[in-house]
Amino acid sequence: MLSKEETEHIAGLARLGLGEEEIERYQKDLSSILDYIEKLKEVDTGNIKPFTHPVEMSNITRLDEVKPRNKEQTEKLIKLMPDQKDGYLKVKSVFE
Amino acid sequence: MNSMTNESLTIKEAHEGLVKKEFSACELAKTHLEIIKKENKNIFAFLTITEDLALAQSKAVDELIAGGAYLPLLAGIPCAIKDNMMVDGVKCTSASKILENYVAPYDATVVKKLKDLGAVILGKTNMDEFAMGSSTENSAFGITHNPRDLERVPGGSSGGSAAAVAANQTVYALGSDTGGSIRQPAFCCGVVGLKPTYGAVSRYGLMAYASSLDQIGPLAKTVEDARIVFNAISGRDPLDSTSCEIESTQDYSNKKFTIGVPREYFIEGIDPQIEKIIRGKISQYESLGHKIEEISLPHTEYALACYYIVATSEASANLARFDGIRYGYSAKKAKNLLEIYLQSRGEGFGAEVRRRIMLGTYVLSAGYYDAYYLRAQKVRALIKQDFDEAFQRVDAIFTPTSPSLAFKIGEKTQDPLQMYLSDIFTVSVNLAGIPAISIPCGKIGELPVGLQVIAKPFEEAKIFAIAKDLEE
Repeated sequence: MLSKEETEHIAGLARLGLGEEEIERYQKDLSSILDYIEKLKEVDTGNIKPFTHPVEMSNITRLDEVKPRNKEQTEKLIKLMPDQKDGYLKVKSVFE
Repeated sequence: MNSMTNESLTIKEAHEGLVKKEFSACELAKTHLEIIKKENKNIFAFLTITEDLALAQSKAVDELIAGGAYLPLLAGIPCAIKDNMMVDGVKCTSASKILENYVAPYDATVVKKLKDLGAVILGKTNMDEFAMGSSTENSAFGITHNPRDLERVPGGSSGGSAAAVAANQTVYALGSDTGGSIRQPAFCCGVVGLKPTYGAVSRYGLMAYASSLDQIGPLAKTVEDARIVFNAISGRDPLDSTSCEIESTQDYSNKKFTIGVPREYFIEGIDPQIEKIIRGKISQYESLGHKIEEISLPHTEYALACYYIVATSEASANLARFDGIRYGYSAKKAKNLLEIYLQSRGEGFGAEVRRRIMLGTYVLSAGYYDAYYLRAQKVRALIKQDFDEAFQRVDAIFTPTSPSLAFKIGEKTQDPLQMYLSDIFTVSVNLAGIPAISIPCGKIGELPVGLQVIAKPFEEAKIFAIAKDLEE
């Protein structure tokens, strides 16, 4: 069983602001899911190489170059910002 | 035009109707829009109806027809897009409060490909938030009802797309499938649903859930329609480095196949009535001259546990982009940067999305990597190996798509693990990166049953050939 402190720690790592009730609920939910996942320990994976890619491919690369974007495209993105000034994204202060 | 006759058309039938000028593309679009508007209160398959877009697109096609130009198969054919794929200028929410007011700034590659062929987009379909769920009950904006029985779920996460096709609100739809999210709702609603090979279809413009598993595919009324849509959307895209070109020119018509039936898919817990229908269908296929062989995929029972480690790990990283700063919901009361993250994400994500982010964060956190993620990737290699070995003996594999019928709304919402078990027959295919289709093959009362056909990577053409012979 996951402890309350562990659950709070994970919520912090995931940057999820959760209330007391939710912490309790996820503590219970995660514990039962983790119990189910324990099943994997039955499998002998001693010499098995971990899976990395569904389809074998060689490196896919492209030139690292700046491509021009049209103004219309840029404006669409600026419009999606919750807070901006003169086209610059506004962010809350890191320190109080 | 008789509006009662052109709502159940397949792509080919609708195309012929357009070419022969039995109806116009505008009339076809309007018929479908009317049905959507009439039924959306009861079924709620659509989150956004793009009437203006659909009418503009169909008008352009009508002009093409009037000019006597060559008409691509999908030109003028109405379609619906799952709300985790971007359509330029249209709201795209992934059924999440965190993206409630997000307007897509560009087209997903699949959408662009359909638009270039003259497709008519009717709207964006409901889904489980960020494609996490098996019932479409995890949508932040309301539950989609199964058109075959309104008290039941349509499956998920592409439940809106499956319900829209089943209710003749659209000719076809796009969905995405990470652990069964196209095939399981196709099963529940009695339509055809294809999860293509990993890499067969570009994911550019699809909101990522679990990047090593996600694929976009069609939900359609017939196997032939699914084939047409798949051929239209597949292929290499420079904007998705995992996508590749399929070079399949093989002709599978009139071939006799050897089919593997894995014993691990007929275990205790499967609805005996479903088993009976599936076994009956397999015998029927055998009587057409194909060979049926019992096979074993020994690691099947570990697939679901493996899936929930891999999928949630990737989700916890993919969904880190929703920070309340660059786009999407941003908490108003936050005093500093950390509070913006905590509050925007805590309030913006729904319960299941938070649960999966928590699980993924936990299994990747310091000290647990080897025990969970690394072990899961090793088991995943074994699951892939099971399929590789099977495909040395058989051409394709038949299984039930799901162990149980579409369940009642609310029946499984309190127990996440019970809900996860809905995907027990579909997740292995995603883990192995191989293609599979679900096709309707019978009913229990009003509720559809579907059979899953699985093949080797990039053998979609073989799947279509086999599925056509199985089609009712």
